Amino acid sequence: MGYKWDFGAVYSYLNLWIKGFGVTLGYSLGTVVGGLIIGVICGMLLLYRRKWVTLPIHYYVEIFRCTPLLVQIVWFYYALPIVLAVELPAWLAAGLGLTLYMGAFSTEIFRGGIISIDKGQWQAARALGMTNGELMRHVILPQAIKRMVPPFVNQSIIQLKNTSLLYVVAVPDLMYTGSIVVADTFRPLEVYTSVAVMYFAILYPLTLWATRMEARVDQ
Amino acid sequence: MTNSDLMASDVMVKVDGLRKSYGAVEAVRGVSLEVHRGQVVVLIGPSGCGKSTFLRCINLLERPSAGTLQVSERTIDFGSGRSMPHGRDLARFRSRIGMVFQQFDLFPHMTALRNVMSGPVIVKKMAASEAEAIARSLLAKVGLAAFTERFPRELSGGQQQRVAIARAMAMSPEVMLFDEVTSALDPELVGEVLDVMKQLATDGTTMIVVTHEMGFAREVADRVVVMDAGQVVEQGPAEEVLLQPRNPRTASFLSRFHSTLVGRS
Repeated sequence: MGYKWDFGAVYSYLNLWIKGFGVTLGYSLGTVVGGLIIGVICGMLLLYRRKWVTLPIHYYVEIFRCTPLLVQIVWFYYALPIVLAVELPAWLAAGLGLTLYMGAFSTEIFRGGIISIDKGQWQAARALGMTNGELMRHVILPQAIKRMVPPFVNQSIIQLKNTSLLYVVAVPDLMYTGSIVVADTFRPLEVYTSVAVMYFAILYPLTLWATRMEARVDQ
Repeated sequence: MTNSDLMASDVMVKVDGLRKSYGAVEAVRGVSLEVHRGQVVVLIGPSGCGKSTFLRCINLLERPSAGTLQVSERTIDFGSGRSMPHGRDLARFRSRIGMVFQQFDLFPHMTALRNVMSGPVIVKKMAASEAEAIARSLLAKVGLAAFTERFPRELSGGQQQRVAIARAMAMSPEVMLFDEVTSALDPELVGEVLDVMKQLATDGTTMIVVTHEMGFAREVADRVVVMDAGQVVEQGPAEEVLLQPRNPRTASFLSRFHSTLVGRS
């Protein structure tokens, strides 16, 4: 093929790329941390086994698990301000969708980690006279957290890639920056190759780290 | 103090008409039992006869459906359903009763020493140094002084079960419950656990033991209680019940252990 690759066109937008890189990392970090907090709170509440507590959480989790993230982002961006009748800045509306999405998966990870702990551990702790708080803090969580780390890291990796969907609502992340540069340079091959390389450069070390964590948890 | 008061204060566990049902299935159908200080009561019976469920009702790991339960000073009536303790009250009730399980259920993220310290430190808020001294002496007593820093996965089944006994004893319980504690062990490891239990019995520990070890029952039990289909069918001194059972169901159950029982006599 006679295509002449020219990455020079990509490099000349360095400032834009740096900004996009920062936006992607910022959204990833913010929505992962926010999602984790939601996950811990909802996961804990699920243990209460009161229908009026667990049912709303169940529906929250399932709604976010069973609809496409792209639809959620678009919905939060266009529909939520109308439903709530408040002006939401674009960055917040879009971020809210991503955070709640991460929160839904984190809730499942947290709940799964807790209930994966053998029943014998609960009864042994209870038989010693521990209250629910004591047994959770000293017996269940120390074991469960180790099991939650690998799936949580995994979900965080997916979450970082999912931030690329923000480009549909014009949040200037890596993906959106790519589309701008393409519009400017007509060099989609070089641009999207570079975008892929940048995502890979962030995530590959993370996956290596996750694999090492899993090996440690297996011990 | 009258004679009857003295008698009453000697009763560690008193169960009256205890019932436990799961939906339509009644696993325990009106069991009464009285255990005095320092007594060893052994509960036997075929699988599924409700003996384990009954044992778990005593420290309220199972919630009885009816009957009354008295452990030392505390009496709970399940007829009303209202006096079932919960929260901190329930935890405190359980903290006076030690229990050892078939699967040991040691805390895998803690060393043997930490496992034994866990009750005093977490439940009683005892100072770590004081709890450690208690734990070390208990581990020495069950023959594991050299294994304090081992994690459960680094111990054999018999060693784990001995740690579990020490863990329960660390709370200075008023009564110890043993739920088929040798059933998950390789045959060559059963003896070391039974030896520890015999030692506890000799020391005057009040014990209720669910087991299939008839030799142990015969040697250690002050009283043997036979359960079948959720009810007590026979009880009495070990020799009497095990060697001259009056109830045909007891006799048929015990015939399977004939060699163990006769071999020892």
